Amino acid sequence: MDLQIALLLGQDGIVNGAVYGLMALALVLVFSVTRVIFIPQGEFVAFGALSMAMLQAGRVPATLWLLLALAVTVLIVEFWRWKRGAVVDWASALAWCVVLPLAAAALVLLLKPTSMAGQTLTTLVLITPLGPLLYRLAYRPLADANVLMLLIVSVALHGVLVGLGLLFFGAEGSRTTAFSDARFDIGGIPVSGQSLVVVGVTLLLVIAMFLFFGRSMVGKALRATAINRVGARLSGIPTELSGDLSFALAALIGAVSGLLIAPLTTVYYDTGFLIGLKGFVAAIVGGLASYPLALVGALLVGQLEAFASFWASPFKEVLVFTLIIPVLWWRSLRSHHVEDEE
Amino acid sequence: MSSPSNNIAVNAPPAGKPLVTPRQLTLVFVVALALAWGFLPEFTVSVLSNIGLYALVAAGLVMLTGVGGMTSFGQAAFVGMGAYATAWICTSPTAAAWLGGAVSPALLPWAGLALGLVFTFALAWALGAVTLKLQGHYLPLCTIAWGLSLYYLFGNMEFLGGQTGITGVPPLVVAGVSLATPRALGVVIWGVLLLALWAMHNLLDSREGRAIRALKGGRLMAESMGVDTARHRIKLFVLAALLAALSGWLYAHLQRFVNPTPFNLNIGIELLFMAVVGGAGHLWGAVLGAALITLLKEKLQDVLPALLGTSGNFEVIVFGLLMLFVLQRFADGLWPTLSRLASRWVRNEAPKAAPAASKAAPAQLAQRSLPASGELLLEASDVSKRFGGLVANNAISMTLKAGEIHALIGPNGAGKSTFFNMISGVDDPSSGVVRLSGQSMATKPSRAFAALGLGRTFQHVRLLGQRSVVVNVALGAHLRAKRGWLAAMLRLDRAEEAALMAEARRQIERCGLGAHADTPAASLSLGQQRVVEIARALAGQPSVLLLDEPAAGLRHLEKRALSVLLSQLRAEGLGILVVEHDMEFVMNLADRITVLEFGTVIATGTPAEVQANPRVLEAYLGGADDELLEDAR
Repeated sequence: MDLQIALLLGQDGIVNGAVYGLMALALVLVFSVTRVIFIPQGEFVAFGALSMAMLQAGRVPATLWLLLALAVTVLIVEFWRWKRGAVVDWASALAWCVVLPLAAAALVLLLKPTSMAGQTLTTLVLITPLGPLLYRLAYRPLADANVLMLLIVSVALHGVLVGLGLLFFGAEGSRTTAFSDARFDIGGIPVSGQSLVVVGVTLLLVIAMFLFFGRSMVGKALRATAINRVGARLSGIPTELSGDLSFALAALIGAVSGLLIAPLTTVYYDTGFLIGLKGFVAAIVGGLASYPLALVGALLVGQLEAFASFWASPFKEVLVFTLIIPVLWWRSLRSHHVEDEE
Repeated sequence: MSSPSNNIAVNAPPAGKPLVTPRQLTLVFVVALALAWGFLPEFTVSVLSNIGLYALVAAGLVMLTGVGGMTSFGQAAFVGMGAYATAWICTSPTAAAWLGGAVSPALLPWAGLALGLVFTFALAWALGAVTLKLQGHYLPLCTIAWGLSLYYLFGNMEFLGGQTGITGVPPLVVAGVSLATPRALGVVIWGVLLLALWAMHNLLDSREGRAIRALKGGRLMAESMGVDTARHRIKLFVLAALLAALSGWLYAHLQRFVNPTPFNLNIGIELLFMAVVGGAGHLWGAVLGAALITLLKEKLQDVLPALLGTSGNFEVIVFGLLMLFVLQRFADGLWPTLSRLASRWVRNEAPKAAPAASKAAPAQLAQRSLPASGELLLEASDVSKRFGGLVANNAISMTLKAGEIHALIGPNGAGKSTFFNMISGVDDPSSGVVRLSGQSMATKPSRAFAALGLGRTFQHVRLLGQRSVVVNVALGAHLRAKRGWLAAMLRLDRAEEAALMAEARRQIERCGLGAHADTPAASLSLGQQRVVEIARALAGQPSVLLLDEPAAGLRHLEKRALSVLLSQLRAEGLGILVVEHDMEFVMNLADRITVLEFGTVIATGTPAEVQANPRVLEAYLGGADDELLEDAR
């Protein structure tokens, strides 16, 4: 290996690491607010990328039907809960179940956007409401269950979504048009414009999230919920809505990641799972709690993967997933008293 | 085998005319299966063999998930290890060269079994050691990762045949009889499964079984009873992995070829679904779940592609939805529901303690010689605890002697609980030393405190609610017996078990709960549950007893009875430290009192001295003026 190749691999690692970093951010966010280990996070990536591909091919993405079906189901569930005397926040329910799905339907079926920006917006509007809708159907009835139970729910949901992905998009993969066709030459290393877009958008999202959690009232409320659910509720924060919001953010981040990688690599219906899992390896570096450490972990995973694909290509995945073991070992060194489960 | 009985015991309505006991029902099931085996069609036999193989893995997952409160999505990878180990040894020229003809061909599968189990044991132990000290969700996440890793490894190793796998695995030959057909090998599979279920049922009904059950209800309690929770978790994980490897070994000799596909993560997830759908807390739930999911999968693979117009792995959609439904509506799986429906006809067996005791002469439990009265038992010197900038305990010194009751009191937030945690090994002091029976206890875990004769109760009651009082109390005597997992599985522990149960009943009688010994702990009142905790601590024959608000929630007469009991224990030479808010209770009982305020000791002495101490009055009554002080005097 010479420097040229090393730099190319390093660049690859940064681009992949950026996407894993986004995954890790979403996973830490969802886990800290709702205690859900969100295995299906990667499915949003695949759904986002493949919906975009279908839009670009001039077809109606099947995710629209999923969105509408989920919206109707959630509406029925909310109505049923309301009939049984539960307090239902209709404003948020209508936003997730009616307004956004209708907007998505209008965008896809009536406006049929042909511009890159229009299609991007359509995809995001399609995918984002899936997060809160799935949360309300799968997780909310079990909000008091322990982490293990919620994890099993996640795995079941992952199965459902991957199966649906195969049904919607078929077994063939797709690529989408790049956001930027530019090619640069930096010190003799070719850099594609799309790579810069990936890194740039990731940085933007990280900064936006940093500002959101550090400055905005809603972000602070989410953080408060993450630290102490009961305390947050006593301070008047509607903690049920924090579930909606964190899942919506996770879905949005997933969809954005899907849009970012689809021009670089062929996305299949099950590609998202592996991407999400690599995000997990990164998130675990930060103990599923620290955002900065999770980002560091993501870069580590990206680099490891890039260089492993050069030296030991068939064992690339093995190496990346085995990384979790030394990471966990390192974490276990830091605790010597028994950690009590919640 | 009567694992369902445990559940029925809780739910059984007294009315109705029970026809059979679970034990008889199990026997009928086994005999019916055995009689029908020769006449079943080929296809049914093959499906039943597969169900047996899955159930073996699922039973391990029941132990792990439902009983131990952990889980694994990667069991399929362990199945793969078992299968690949034997396939490789039986077919590879390299393996033949290694063994150098020392092993005859008929014995090669057994060498394969040994290799598979050894590898699985080593891997599972290593993985467990890395993850099981951490919080519960790291293990399952880790299993997903290495479940995938192993799958890719199987598919990329040249010597394991890559994606095509290994063909030509020989059939098992036992005593000259070839077990090549599913009908022959199926007998072995179900025999192994039933034996494994019997062994695990025995394990759960033993000293170690109680320790395993305690893992789920918060590890702090188990550690305080002297259970090494990390070690038990690792052992449980290894047990589940070994069962999976055993299933893989049988699978390889049933199919006669192996390739990576059946050991993928999807299958690992399906295996967990079996355990959860069947009933993750019940061994027979594993068989039920394996049967349900296997049959459903057969059906779905026929129906779904026709329905959807394309072929693919669509059954996972149905399984996932089924799983979500079960988790939301039947969180304990279908087995408990089934046994509740059947409870009309199935009679629960009587508590087995009495007959068991008569059959085997009770063994002697370890006895601790109690210290002489006045001997120094527990000593805290200059113990401080800081949480960041907050000083919760500031240089607290305190002693506890044999034959005295020492009360620790103080207003809310005075640092009593923090101090309690440090003298019971839950947390380490920032500075200062805690000595128990003369030994420095720095950085030692709570189970080391238990081993030195410290028994404790919890401010928030920590009992196994579904289990009977006597089972809960017997857990307290964990360290006084020593029979391990294997002895329990093979029922070699009965004499010791009888002694443990007898001791538990003695302590329950002594604490006045004799009438409730066989009721589930959760059905008692809160006050009674606190007394159960005291009985549990006493079952460990402690020399030091730490009681965290024992009188809270007790009625007047119960408090009096508790006072009498504690006085009696004091007379026997125990050193008792009580943290309590009930002043009347404390003042009438304690020999010495230590008062904490803002993490600092403000007074120590006899009840009379403390009552007269102006600083104490100020702390309790808040800036008492002189008139009030005069009144108090």
